[in-house]
Amino acid sequence: MEAQVWVNGIVAGLLLGLALAAFRLRSNRLWRDAGRELWRRRRLALLVVTAFVAVALCDSIAWVGGGDSGGDDTLARHRPRSLLDRVFPAEFRERSYSAPLAGVEFYGGAPLDHPGMHLLGTDILGRDVLHLTLRGARVALLIGGLTSLIAIPLALLVGVSAGYFGGRLDDAVFFLMSVLASIPSLLLLITLVMVLGRGPVQVCIALGVTSWVAFARVLRGETLKLREQDYVQAARTLGVSELGIVWRHILPNLTHLVVIHFVLLFSGLVLAEAVLAWLGLGIDGSWGQMIDQARDELAREPVVWWNLAAASAALFSLILAFNLVGDAVRDILDPRTAAERS
Amino acid sequence: MLSYLLRRLVYGFATVLGVLLLLYVLFFLYAEPGDIARRALGEKAAPEAIAQWIRNHGYDRPAPRLLLDHYRRMLTFDFGRSDADDSPIALRLRRGLGPTLALTLPVFALGLLAATTLALFVAYFRDTYIDRAGVALCVLGMSVSILLYIIGGQFLIGKVLRWFPISGFDPSPAVVLRFLALPVLVGVAAGVGSDARFYRTVFVEESNRDYVRTARAKGCGDARIMVRHVLRNALIPLLTRAVMAIPLLFTGFILLESFFGIPGIGSLTVDAIQGNDFATLRAVVFLGSLLFVLAQILTDVAYTLVDPRVRLS
Repeated sequence: MEAQVWVNGIVAGLLLGLALAAFRLRSNRLWRDAGRELWRRRRLALLVVTAFVAVALCDSIAWVGGGDSGGDDTLARHRPRSLLDRVFPAEFRERSYSAPLAGVEFYGGAPLDHPGMHLLGTDILGRDVLHLTLRGARVALLIGGLTSLIAIPLALLVGVSAGYFGGRLDDAVFFLMSVLASIPSLLLLITLVMVLGRGPVQVCIALGVTSWVAFARVLRGETLKLREQDYVQAARTLGVSELGIVWRHILPNLTHLVVIHFVLLFSGLVLAEAVLAWLGLGIDGSWGQMIDQARDELAREPVVWWNLAAASAALFSLILAFNLVGDAVRDILDPRTAAERS
Repeated sequence: MLSYLLRRLVYGFATVLGVLLLLYVLFFLYAEPGDIARRALGEKAAPEAIAQWIRNHGYDRPAPRLLLDHYRRMLTFDFGRSDADDSPIALRLRRGLGPTLALTLPVFALGLLAATTLALFVAYFRDTYIDRAGVALCVLGMSVSILLYIIGGQFLIGKVLRWFPISGFDPSPAVVLRFLALPVLVGVAAGVGSDARFYRTVFVEESNRDYVRTARAKGCGDARIMVRHVLRNALIPLLTRAVMAIPLLFTGFILLESFFGIPGIGSLTVDAIQGNDFATLRAVVFLGSLLFVLAQILTDVAYTLVDPRVRLS
C-alpha cells in the first residue's frame, strides 16, 4: 500500500514535469511550429495518447473514504480509492468468470450481483475487466516515464561528457558501453531484476540500465560533431567556460534528439515489460501481467477471450499510437529526414 | 587485415572480461549469499542448512578468491552445479543446444529472407498505394507484442485449424519439422514488421543513387535493378541490422521455447528464473555475450567480402 502511494506521486510528478517542459518549449517558435505540424499529421494518435494519460492521471489521484466505499469490510473502507475507482460502483465484483454484459456466471450460470453491468466481463476472481484494463494505463505510463527519467539523464551525462571531453574518459565510457551492449538485452534485464528483486521501481531501474546505452552512443556522436562547430569554437575563444559551452551551446542542440528518443523508447519499454511479465518478473497490474494470466484461458472450453482481448487491445493501441507519433516526431525534428522530404 | 583482426579479437576478449566483471559485481557482491540460499531452500530453512548450502556452492570464499575462481571457471566453460537442483550446468546446456539451434537458425534465416523479400517488393512500388499499405502493415505488425503472436498463433493454427501440434518436441528427424513449424512461423511473423520497414528505407535510399539511373539508362529492367544493383549495395546496412538483431533472437527463443515446450537453452533459462538458479543464469548470460561479441567480429570480416571498398585497418 505504501509503494502504491508514492508510485502515484511519481506518475503525477512525471505528468506535471512533462506539462512544464511542453510549456517552456512552446515559447520557442520552432518548437511551436513542430507541435502544430505534429498535431496536423497525427491527430488521432495524439488523442489516443492523451486519453491514456488522462486515465492514468485519474487513477493516480486517490484518497481514503468518501461515498459508499465498500459495505461492512473495514479493510476496504481504509483503502485509498482513486478517481478512476470511484467511477465504478463499490464492491463491483462477482465470484468468477462472466462474459461481457452477461446476466449469469459463465460456468454454472449462477445469477450475478451486477447483471449486465460488466461491459467487458469479469476475470477468474470476478474482478471487472474494464476496470483492470483502465488501471493498466497508469502502470504503462509508469514504466515508460520512470524508466525514461532514469535512462535519459544518464545517457545525457555519459554521452555528452564522453563526446565533449574525449580522451581517457571517452575510452572508458566506450568500453563500458560495449560491455553493456554485448549482453543480449533480455538476458541483462532478467539478471538485473533477479538480483535487484521484484517490484515496480526495480523493474524500471533494470529497464533504464538496459536502454540508456544506445541513446548515449547517439549523443556521443552528435556531441563530437557539435564540438567542432564554428560557434562553439567562437565561444571558446571568447572565454566561455567548458560547462558554460555544454550548457548553452551543446545541450540545446541535442533537445530534438531527446524528444525523438523519448517517444521511440516509450513503446519499446512497455513491450519489454510485457515480456518480463510473461516470465513472472513484471509489475503488478500491467497489461503484460493480464496477458500472462489469460494465456491458459484460450484452452478452456468454451473459450474465455475477453480478458486477453481487453489487455492486448489496450497494449496494442497505446504502442501503435506511440509508434505513429514517434515516426512523425522523427520526421519533423530530424533535419536529415526533413531535407529528404523537401 | 590480420593485425586488425587481432586487435578486434583482443578488444572483444576484453569486452567479455568486462561482462564477467559485471556478472561478478551483480551476483557475488550485490546479492547476499544468505539470500540466494534462502531462495533455493525456502524461507523457513534452518540456519545450519543455509550455512551448509553456502559452503557447498562456494559462496563463502573470500572475495579475491571468488573473483579469480569466477573468471577461471567461466573462461574454461566449467560452470559447476546448478543453485537449484545441483545438476551439472554444462551438461544441461549442451543437451539444450540442439533444440535451440533447430529453432533459432530457421527463425534467423527465414526471417531475414521474408523481411528482405517484402522490403524489396514494397520498395519496388515506392510512392504508390502498395508502398503505403506495406509500410502501414509493418507498423501495425511491430506494434503487436510478441506474446500475442505466440498466443494467437497457437490458438489459430494449433487449436482452430489443427495444422500442427500445439506444443512439444521430438528430436527424431521424421517428426521434428511438425513440432518446429509453428514456433518458427510465429518467430518469423513477430520480427518481420520492423525489419521489413527498416530494409525498405535502406532500399529506397539506394534507389535514388546515380548508379541506379545509369543502369536504367543502359536499359536495365526495374526488377533486375532492384535485385542485382540495389540489393547488393544495401547489403552492408542489411548485415549490420541482422547481426544487431541477434539479441532479439534471444528474446524470441526464450519465450518460444518455454511456451511451445521445446527443451532447449531458453526453457533452461526460464526454469532458472523460476527456480532462482543464479549459477545457470550466469552461465547463460556469459555464453550469450560471448556469442554476440563473436558475431560482431565476424560481421566486420564479412563487410570486406560484401564490399571490397571496405578496408579493415
